[in-house]
Amino acid sequence: MRVEISQRNLAVPVGIVWLAALSVGLVGVSQRLLTGHELSNYTSNIPWGLWVAAYVYFIGLSAGMFLLVALTNVFGIQRLVKYTKLGLFASLVLLLAGLLTIWLDLGHLMRFYRVYTDGNPSSMMAWMVWGYTAYGALLVATLWLVMRRDLVAWSSEPGLKGQVASALTFGRRDIVTATGDRDTGTARVLFLIGIPLVAAVIGGSGALFGVVGGRHFWNAPLMPILFITVALTSGTALLTFLVAFLAPDRGAASHRDVVQMLGRIVLGLLAFYLLLLWAEYSITLYADIPSASEPVYQVLGGPYPWVFWVFQVALGAVIPIALLSFWPRSAAWVGLASLMVAGSFLATRLNIVIPGLVEPQLEGLDAAFMDSRLSFDYFPSLMEWLVLIFIGAFATGLFYAGYRLLPLIGKGKEVSS
Amino acid sequence: MQCENPPCTDVCPVNATWKREDGIVVIDYNACIGCRYCLTACPYGARYFDFGEDYTDGTPEKQPYEEAASPEYGREWKRDGQGSPVGNARKCQFCIHRLEAGMLPACVTTCIGGATYFGDRNDPDSLVSELISSPRVMRLKEEQGTDPKVYYLV
Repeated sequence: MRVEISQRNLAVPVGIVWLAALSVGLVGVSQRLLTGHELSNYTSNIPWGLWVAAYVYFIGLSAGMFLLVALTNVFGIQRLVKYTKLGLFASLVLLLAGLLTIWLDLGHLMRFYRVYTDGNPSSMMAWMVWGYTAYGALLVATLWLVMRRDLVAWSSEPGLKGQVASALTFGRRDIVTATGDRDTGTARVLFLIGIPLVAAVIGGSGALFGVVGGRHFWNAPLMPILFITVALTSGTALLTFLVAFLAPDRGAASHRDVVQMLGRIVLGLLAFYLLLLWAEYSITLYADIPSASEPVYQVLGGPYPWVFWVFQVALGAVIPIALLSFWPRSAAWVGLASLMVAGSFLATRLNIVIPGLVEPQLEGLDAAFMDSRLSFDYFPSLMEWLVLIFIGAFATGLFYAGYRLLPLIGKGKEVSS
Repeated sequence: MQCENPPCTDVCPVNATWKREDGIVVIDYNACIGCRYCLTACPYGARYFDFGEDYTDGTPEKQPYEEAASPEYGREWKRDGQGSPVGNARKCQFCIHRLEAGMLPACVTTCIGGATYFGDRNDPDSLVSELISSPRVMRLKEEQGTDPKVYYLV
């Protein structure tokens, strides 16, 4: 009861913050659409900035969450299977957020279709777009299949919730047990297809950076593995946060058990990610070949070292590890720690994308020309931040709408898979 | 740099940039989506993004040359609003429009030191063939195997 009251008390300030974020974000999107890239701070020498980092961040969250949900379904981990719909819907929202971010990053927004009509099979970027398209289609189909029985049940309810559920049944309300079993079976097949597909797609996103031979910081065979690990860690952490604070059985021992289990998975994945990070940085610094080690020095002590030390190390690793280790049975602390882990991975993505570009390709290139668009220094502009705030508000609003209007976490007639 | 093995072309997701038969690497401005992947892939920093800005922005008077159409790839490109070539990757293409008219690239004719040469490397009797046969010739980042067609006499 106390939780209900505190949620209601939070609704107004959270709503005000969300509306403010959406409003200022819309200013940024308007600036982007009206002035193109003129108000951005990326340059010809650092051509990818905050939006590319945010794109891989959102996509990683989505793919990692999907992989966890798919694995729990395929291996029948019953305690987690009941969060399938929540996880799939959040994955869909995050995928849309990622695609919206990278769409706004294009120089010609209306030409995105050319990746489908004139795609280049030798480009990792083309494969990435095709892969995410397949992933999106599979995600929508799987989500619909696992929700269908609940949608039918909800479609008779009054109000907007019933209307939405009714519309999403597409007139197919003749669900019998056999149909439901067939849906579950089909969803299982889609999960089985989805696991290698999504692993390949997110690994391919790592390869997109890894294949750039002229950028030694990116050009590492470890990159696809790093991307899969980052995706799994951040996606699992975000799902843990959602389960910790949105599950209907909050306060029950069963809820603490599930959150503790998820917290342990987050801890294990985070430890593995840190091992990869240590391997990458320590080996690079020991060899100390300037073209490879200089970007690492930039991360650790360049103009923006706080991105690494504050966000990645303190907020993304030390504090969450302490919380997850000392209070593993506390849903609130595990949820908060997981949110910190999930959030900090935006810093991780920034520290992959930007440092790979800060080293001049030729010695002296940074001093050869004096122009703001030829600079090797980059900090996102206000417009870039505002666009990202809009995307955050858009994703949060979409998720909240789904949370209220769709049978995601067992409101109404929950059906176990 | 007009590389023989350009790392920037394979990465383009929409086949908007390629190496011509004569070896010049070109961009189709109307196909480029402006993703800037090619900028990250060029090991020489020889590609640029057109942000839609002019050099004389913020000065008392915009210069006429900023407003003039640019002759590239067989047509005149007027930089206006967000249409191509604004929002595109751009690069040196040895002034193809001048070559096709029997003229030298603009950088060769305007270099005040007369330090730039242009010619057919495949013609053993050409001046450039003679110059690059000198032992004091170097190219940038040869170890990357890109085989650029710009040589430096040192």
